[in-house]
Amino acid sequence: MKTIYLDNNATTQVAPEVMEAMLPYFHELYGNPSSMHSFGGQVAKTIREARERVAALIGADPEEIIFTSCGTESDNTAILSALSVYPEKRHIVTSRVEHPAVKVLCEYLKERGCIVTELPVDSEGRIDMELYERSLSKDTAIVSLMWANNETGVIFPVEKAAQIARDKGILFHTDAVQAVGKIPINMRKNSIDMLSLSGHKLHAPKGVGVLYVRKGTRFSPFIIGGHQEKGRRGGTENTASIIALGKACELAAHNMDEENTRVKYLRDKLENGLLKSIPNCKVNGDRINRLPNTTNISFEFIEGEGILLLMDQFNICASSGSACTSGSLQPSHVLRAMGVPFTMAHGSVRFSLSVYNTEEEIDFVIAKLPPIIARLREMSPYWKAEGSVCGIRDTDTQ
Amino acid sequence: MWEYTDKVKDHFLNPRNVGEVENPDGVAEVGSIACGDALKFTFKLDENKRIKEAKFKTFGCASAIASASALTELVKGMTLEEAIKVTNKDISDYLGGLPEEKMHCSVLGQQALEQAIANCKGAPAKEPGEEIVCECFGVTDREIERAIRENHLTAVEEVTNYTKAGGGCTNCHEKIKAIIDRVYAAGEPEPPKETKPKLSNIQKIRMIEEAIDKEIRPSLKQDGGNIDLIDVIGNRVIVATRGACAVCKASQLTLKGFVEYKLRELVSPDLVVEEEPK
Repeated sequence: MKTIYLDNNATTQVAPEVMEAMLPYFHELYGNPSSMHSFGGQVAKTIREARERVAALIGADPEEIIFTSCGTESDNTAILSALSVYPEKRHIVTSRVEHPAVKVLCEYLKERGCIVTELPVDSEGRIDMELYERSLSKDTAIVSLMWANNETGVIFPVEKAAQIARDKGILFHTDAVQAVGKIPINMRKNSIDMLSLSGHKLHAPKGVGVLYVRKGTRFSPFIIGGHQEKGRRGGTENTASIIALGKACELAAHNMDEENTRVKYLRDKLENGLLKSIPNCKVNGDRINRLPNTTNISFEFIEGEGILLLMDQFNICASSGSACTSGSLQPSHVLRAMGVPFTMAHGSVRFSLSVYNTEEEIDFVIAKLPPIIARLREMSPYWKAEGSVCGIRDTDTQ
Repeated sequence: MWEYTDKVKDHFLNPRNVGEVENPDGVAEVGSIACGDALKFTFKLDENKRIKEAKFKTFGCASAIASASALTELVKGMTLEEAIKVTNKDISDYLGGLPEEKMHCSVLGQQALEQAIANCKGAPAKEPGEEIVCECFGVTDREIERAIRENHLTAVEEVTNYTKAGGGCTNCHEKIKAIIDRVYAAGEPEPPKETKPKLSNIQKIRMIEEAIDKEIRPSLKQDGGNIDLIDVIGNRVIVATRGACAVCKASQLTLKGFVEYKLRELVSPDLVVEEEPK
């Protein structure tokens, strides 16, 4: 049975063109780009090209691109760098819905004396810009707000937020891991100082990421070692993956229109199809300011893991924000921050599409999901068959 | 992705006894939607006071559904006295084991059974003096104590895996630690022995011989009995009883309750002691 992969916010397939571009660098062109001989030197040249391609996708200059091992490393580097270059400032502003790469790091820093402001979000997953502005102080070393949320796809107005920080002389970092390649980004037209992106979210392999650092931004490296990346990130370059990322960025630029038309159409079709055929379900997050490929739907009174495992019977891949799938006992911190009631949060499923999905696949999911939901609800003590619910008041679900 | 046994998958994909028994003799509702796990369990007795019919409805993950399904199968045909002895481990064993982090699903099943039996007997669902320890998941001290005793838990993290207590705000971790200390201070039960490495057959036989010589035979001899090792086939330890043991009516009890217990403790927990066919 064919795999229907609707979990592209978790990771993506390496594009065939990307695969082709990277393969020679494992076996034939394995030289070290730092070597003096031309065998290594030719690799340095292709890395330069890859850097230019990445820069082109986000409207940056090539020298503003630092290759890292992943999005998490980029996020850690950005925040720790700010604390290092401004030792007198100990305040970090972030949000309650950040990826663990930022959220858990901030919790760690809090235990070590930093003051962290976690901005709340409303029921649609949006931040209050006035509250944000008021949270900034002379002691703020850095603001770190994600561009787009990995679970809901909700887009934060980071360019506006960055300008507010700039006006107050505060560094601004954004985790744009989910946004890059899905929505247009032009760093020449904003005031964002640092931006993280990850290769495997845009059809490059796992194990490569980028930290964009705007020219003139004070910076302190996270990994100390060789002179690679102009001393901003030590360690021999992951050449094959860097070249793959360059190719993937070129492809992403090429596919940007399709992502925002055909992929968006498929996402909307899936979303509307499910909402229409399944009672008691709801989309989580702002449906307007949202990535074109993501939908997060809660199916009331059932638990997400069961949904995923029954979909797995049809080789349909998605994710859930339920406690049972998160490895902790609490449902997704993103949905909880949005105040999604427990009856809904446990039964949330995220579908995230890519340009490789077809309409046929979406039709298949729309056909297969309603009986799966009905089957689990049949087993749920909270569900009554008529489509009504049994005696649960709002107070019980908070 | 969780690694579930085929039995868990089977009970999730083909759950047995879904629904509610009509005019039940025992009813229980445990867990809550906030916790992410809830179970409604109902049963009916036949004229011999045995459980004739048991049904469940579950809100929860695959292992919660499978645990509830297993519970209904396990208790069918049991008297209430037999059913009250069913532990969460019985449910988990029935399913061929559950991932550590999912043991709370089997505990939920055991709690539902206990509550439904209490309901059947007309007793209140909760014993007086019970105290909620974990506010996030509404877990009481008695529930935590029982899980510690029956599963030999020694760490807060394990208690969380089995009962969910402490899995939310973590404020009750100190209290859970105190309960663990209290249970073991009372002198029972023994914390689990370190898991022993896998033994080769020769090693196993040597260790069994040694254990019999040093630990088992001396005790038996005190009562005029004796035992000889005949063979070891896989995990089956074949022995012959001698002296007083050979004619003692309670020798089966000795073999299982003492010899097997000792060998499992000293050599391998998988051993089964059998008497040589006479």
